[in-house]
Amino acid sequence: MGKFAQEFAKGLIITNPVLVLLLGLCPALAVSTSIDNALGMTLAVLIVLLGSNIIIAAMRNFVPSITRIPIFIVIIATLVTVVNLLFHAYLPDLHETLGIYLPLVVVNCIVLGRAEAFASKNPVVRSIADALGMTVGFMLALLMISLIRQMLGTGEMSVFGVHFFSLPVLSSRPVAIFILPPGGFLVIGLLLGLFKWTGVLKR
Amino acid sequence: MDGGAQEMNELIVIFLSMALINNFILVRYLGLCPFLGVSKELGPAVSMGIAVTFVMIIASLATWLINHYILIPFDIQYMYIIVFILVIASLVQVIELFIKKTNIALYSAFGIYLPLITTNCAVLGVTIINMMGSYTLLESLVAALGGGLGFTLVLAIMAGIREKLELADTPRAMKGAPIALITATLLGLAFFGFVGIV
Repeated sequence: MGKFAQEFAKGLIITNPVLVLLLGLCPALAVSTSIDNALGMTLAVLIVLLGSNIIIAAMRNFVPSITRIPIFIVIIATLVTVVNLLFHAYLPDLHETLGIYLPLVVVNCIVLGRAEAFASKNPVVRSIADALGMTVGFMLALLMISLIRQMLGTGEMSVFGVHFFSLPVLSSRPVAIFILPPGGFLVIGLLLGLFKWTGVLKR
Repeated sequence: MDGGAQEMNELIVIFLSMALINNFILVRYLGLCPFLGVSKELGPAVSMGIAVTFVMIIASLATWLINHYILIPFDIQYMYIIVFILVIASLVQVIELFIKKTNIALYSAFGIYLPLITTNCAVLGVTIINMMGSYTLLESLVAALGGGLGFTLVLAIMAGIREKLELADTPRAMKGAPIALITATLLGLAFFGFVGIV
């Protein structure tokens, strides 16, 4: 069980996919305008990454190494199609707001990266731990970015329609730039700088 | 205004919208990996941009044909993610082989960037945008050209700035990716000025 915990924990901070490896920046920035979208994207990534890691780890001994990349891509694309259809059927609003970023999970470097770097060389259980750790790391990064962007950009703290509180000045005069595209670059740029400066994350 | 002029206007609007207003890198956040990876020097940045534009146009042509002559007639449009990514991956391979055999100078100029393009979200992005917008073939090609040129433009501007930034006295913690992202913020703000043009 120690190994499982170890594989899980490394994704959280030491090799956090977004903040350390700088993978999956496109979805991290595109959907981090609100906490709802960030959680929705995390759910999509969880299903795809967990599925692809399990399938790829289970068949790692049958896949000829010369054709492995196309095989991984087909597996991932199938899972993304499934998630896309599921979201369309059961979470239509989220499907609408995630837009093209949901099908684009297929080229999210985190998923293919973990398939190639981890699942194709490790047994199923450890691959599950790896997928969960990476997803939680992705979620932490996304929550951090989207919390800042939503708070500054709208002044409201609400998740899935449940309103928690409003910031005094910001809710009447929100800094709209934070929920606009340049704000995403600003927040993640400053966060990366901050982490480097305080030495929390070694790069 | 007659039909031809209106159509032309439509194409210009699509071109400007894809290239400047909804710029792939700065507004849609697509293609950030090459943006951070190869935007350190002007030469490679422009080569990468041209390679991406080229693949985008060919991929748009191929996916449009497949969408209209295979997916729609057989009513299997939900398969588009799998089909498009496979088409792009194989196209990139074919283009790479073709350039290697026919033009070795061109191959050494941007051949090394081609494999990276397979997982570039901008290429898959443009084909999905074309499909969701129900663009005609001509509109898809114009959208791909606009998107690709906008991508190249931002990559080139960014490379120019980063060449100078290397020499600047940046705080140590901000060196590398953080300052590049802050630069992108400012560029993105500048590109907001284009919003009013159409």
